[in-house]
Amino acid sequence: MKKLATLTTRRRVLRGMLGGMAVSVGLPFLDCFLNGNGTALAATGGRLPTVFGSWFQKLSFNPGRWKPETVGAGFQNNVELKPLDPFRERMNIISGCKYFLDGKPLQTHVSGVQIATMGSIPMGVDSDPSLDTTIADVIGNDTRFKSIEISLGAGRASLSRRAGGAINPSEPSPAALYTRLFGPGFTDPNSKVFKPDPTVMARRSVLSAVADERRSLLKTVGMADRERLDQYFTSVRQLEHQLNLQLQEPAPIESCSVPEPVGEVEVSTAVGAVARNNALFGSLMAHAVACDQTRVFNVNFGTRGLRTPGGVRDWHSLTHEEPIDPELGYQREVTWFINFATETFATFLHELDGFREGDGGVLDRMLVLWQTDHGYARTHTMDDVPIITIGDGGGRIRTGMHIAATGHPSTRVGLTIQQVMGVSISTWGRLSNETSKAVSEILV
Amino acid sequence: MNRRARWWGVGAAIVLVAGGIAATVMMASSGVGPVLSGPPVTRRLTSVQYQNIIRDVFGGDIDIGGRLPPDLRLEGLLSIGASHVSITAAGMEQYDAMARAIAAQVVDEKHRDMLVRCQPASITAPDEQCAREFLAEAGRLLYRRPLTDRQLETYVTAAADATEITHDFYQGLKLSLSAMLTSPAFLFRVEVVEPDPNEEGAYRLDAYSKASQLSFFLWNSAPDSQLLAAAESGELHTRSGLEEQVERMIDSPRLEAGIRAFFADQLRFTEFATLAKDAQLFPKFNAQVAADAREQTLRTIIDVVLTDNRDFREIFTTKETFLTPALGAIYRVPIYKQGPNGSPDQWQPYEFAADDPRAGILTQVAFTALHSPAGRGSPTIRGKAVREIALCQEVPAPPGDVDFSKFLQASANPTSTARERLSAHASVPSCAGCHKIMDPIGLALENFNGAGGYRTIEGGVQIDASGVLDGIPFENAAGLGEAVYKNPAAVSCVVNRLSERALGRQVTSGERNWLDYLKSDFADNGYRLLALMEEIASSEALYSVLPSQQVASAPVENNREVTQ
Repeated sequence: MKKLATLTTRRRVLRGMLGGMAVSVGLPFLDCFLNGNGTALAATGGRLPTVFGSWFQKLSFNPGRWKPETVGAGFQNNVELKPLDPFRERMNIISGCKYFLDGKPLQTHVSGVQIATMGSIPMGVDSDPSLDTTIADVIGNDTRFKSIEISLGAGRASLSRRAGGAINPSEPSPAALYTRLFGPGFTDPNSKVFKPDPTVMARRSVLSAVADERRSLLKTVGMADRERLDQYFTSVRQLEHQLNLQLQEPAPIESCSVPEPVGEVEVSTAVGAVARNNALFGSLMAHAVACDQTRVFNVNFGTRGLRTPGGVRDWHSLTHEEPIDPELGYQREVTWFINFATETFATFLHELDGFREGDGGVLDRMLVLWQTDHGYARTHTMDDVPIITIGDGGGRIRTGMHIAATGHPSTRVGLTIQQVMGVSISTWGRLSNETSKAVSEILV
Repeated sequence: MNRRARWWGVGAAIVLVAGGIAATVMMASSGVGPVLSGPPVTRRLTSVQYQNIIRDVFGGDIDIGGRLPPDLRLEGLLSIGASHVSITAAGMEQYDAMARAIAAQVVDEKHRDMLVRCQPASITAPDEQCAREFLAEAGRLLYRRPLTDRQLETYVTAAADATEITHDFYQGLKLSLSAMLTSPAFLFRVEVVEPDPNEEGAYRLDAYSKASQLSFFLWNSAPDSQLLAAAESGELHTRSGLEEQVERMIDSPRLEAGIRAFFADQLRFTEFATLAKDAQLFPKFNAQVAADAREQTLRTIIDVVLTDNRDFREIFTTKETFLTPALGAIYRVPIYKQGPNGSPDQWQPYEFAADDPRAGILTQVAFTALHSPAGRGSPTIRGKAVREIALCQEVPAPPGDVDFSKFLQASANPTSTARERLSAHASVPSCAGCHKIMDPIGLALENFNGAGGYRTIEGGVQIDASGVLDGIPFENAAGLGEAVYKNPAAVSCVVNRLSERALGRQVTSGERNWLDYLKSDFADNGYRLLALMEEIASSEALYSVLPSQQVASAPVENNREVTQ
């Protein structure tokens, strides 16, 4: 009988809600509809929210061709970083950092990725969370998407993971990303009319109704599985949050505009497809950030399989199999790919920078971290790895510096960025990759 | 089919206390040594399992568009990765979108008369009786056990609430069903453990978890109504009840889905999703060829192990296969669209000549092209794949500090054959150790280019495909298949992987005796895969568990609890 009473109460509230469309006062699940910051900030003229982005590109650069000659401010880009010249004042280059293996075998193209993104050696499904997720837990809670993962020629592979078994899959298709961002679930903040969709209301109501039943499953599993199910419930909350946002009249955002729909395009590891999709992704991310759909994004630039039309060998194979050109002193074809990759990154940044917002571009409130897997891919070195930051995250770091951190763990950069993004940690990484020393040169 | 005793341990268990955890040792009574059970696992449904369940519960004409989160491969199997993956926010979005799309079709005008058997009193108002009837039936199949009263009331209430909001009975039903399809009880296979009444201190899967274990292993899908009924009545916990179900399920046409799923997993066919060949170098290779190549290998395997129930090892040697016109272009075999007697089936049986180097699945496009980069073949990659996939042998990762300069010139010479280029590996001791277990195998497949097409010459030189595999010499690719056939590792490999697939985890050292028994039984049965699957499915070891302390000490959740 008790159940019936509960049911009746719920119904009454729902009926009342629908009668007058008074969505701001309703069931308890509507409590969190009005967030205190985020979209509201844009409307009130407050500072726009900071955005974090990561760009991971394996296979690095050629030694001697990327590091600036001078240390500190006022550096000039070396030849392989020339495509980033337009951002020179807004970038930092950190050279000399190391990935420490601590006696573990080097898993080529894997160990470095793990240390760069998670601060520790591979531990399979038990690995630590990647730094973008700890940042997203701080700055990504109010937006529709906690983070967006993009793959350029890397299938659905992603380096973003909360715990070993919870990998955020990458989106390789610009058309699919368009639909995800601006398709049916998108509420235009600048729309003149706002009428909550009854279907969305009903979906939210159903999620609320089944919440307790779902949680009862937790009682039946052991600790390790409980953590995995906890992750499931975190994801459900994100879904609820998305529905809440759809039911809430959004604050207008002047610079937000809906991009032209993106049609299906070829998704492959051919350079032509990668270049075209990159520009589409860059534009979509600029719109998504301007419309405050997300504040964290991760790009996985695929290098394995990346090839030119008719090319027998891909970039990765070439790093090992192409001889060094005796006249040039470096591998000719490999270097073509290096340039392609850096130009691709620059194009992505231009898309962000070119999207106007107030007095600047959306890049102005971003901090983008570029990392790679080795110092020199040809011989799989783990020292002198290049690390680049672009943008100051809305004034959170100093830029325009080349910092030589010879022999230091790469995790110093990851620690610094997490700290400036508001993650409350004093150390990051494990064993020799653990550090408590931020890169003070770039701290404001 | 072999139906001799495969039950052991009844009344013969003793309890050990090791490390504070009560452990069950099952004593052998029919040739199996003591078996120490492993832990229970919680598995996320794989993409294929999800699709199979929807097809089995709602019918094959429900369009399962969209995309599910990627599966994770661990220890060679997605079936093991499934025990470690969770669901991220992005993954949840995908499950949610797919659930709504499926549920919308289930209640649409085309399907509702068949799938929602009751008629609501009004289509604009809640009808709890009709909703309850539908949700109870769907819930039992999706949750793989009857819903508790509390669960059922939750979904009925959810449907009613949603109907109130949308003024549409079917919309309410749709949203409640889609919530079921995104619930953890559907998306995860949580194993419910109970004390084994036959053996003090021992634990076993409860009847419904046992039904799922059996069904996902044999059919790669959820239990059907009959199997759930056997669980509900308690029959599945009896020896004859289990054997009856195993026999029924092995005889079912759905067994093919289970066998296909195993081999698609073991052969890493998920990699087809990103397989592409350079269009300039391999103009005949396209998406249709890739899809057909995958299907060709699965059909070849099914023909050997299921249709003909022959020695499993013949999948490495058989000359018989099936081809389509698209594959005919790669194999250079004319295949006509019109089959015998005017059959429109594109698939035609085909037998390669006795002296043709094409024999067995390792020589098929789905192997040679899948394990090649986009622009060429690679004996090293193929050799590694043969070791890992056919023989379950691990090839160590290359050393990180390879000095490539010693053979850069050799490997960069485009006119030499792969054999000449790879011989450079032998000159570097740190490379030679591993490459000698990969390269000779891969070189046997050098008659197949990066897209699987046949060739006899590389760089103007006749290709030499001879070699030795673990002491067995061969002359060409067909000989490699023979060498794999004779290799005992190929047998251990399929026994281990099939057991691990069934368990959702690696076999523990305590279960070694069980594996040994399975291997010898497999041999006694002429290496017939159906006999092996039947043996695994009928084994107590598949259903007895050693719960972790948390589960063991907590009262086992009784999923039949009823709140009045």
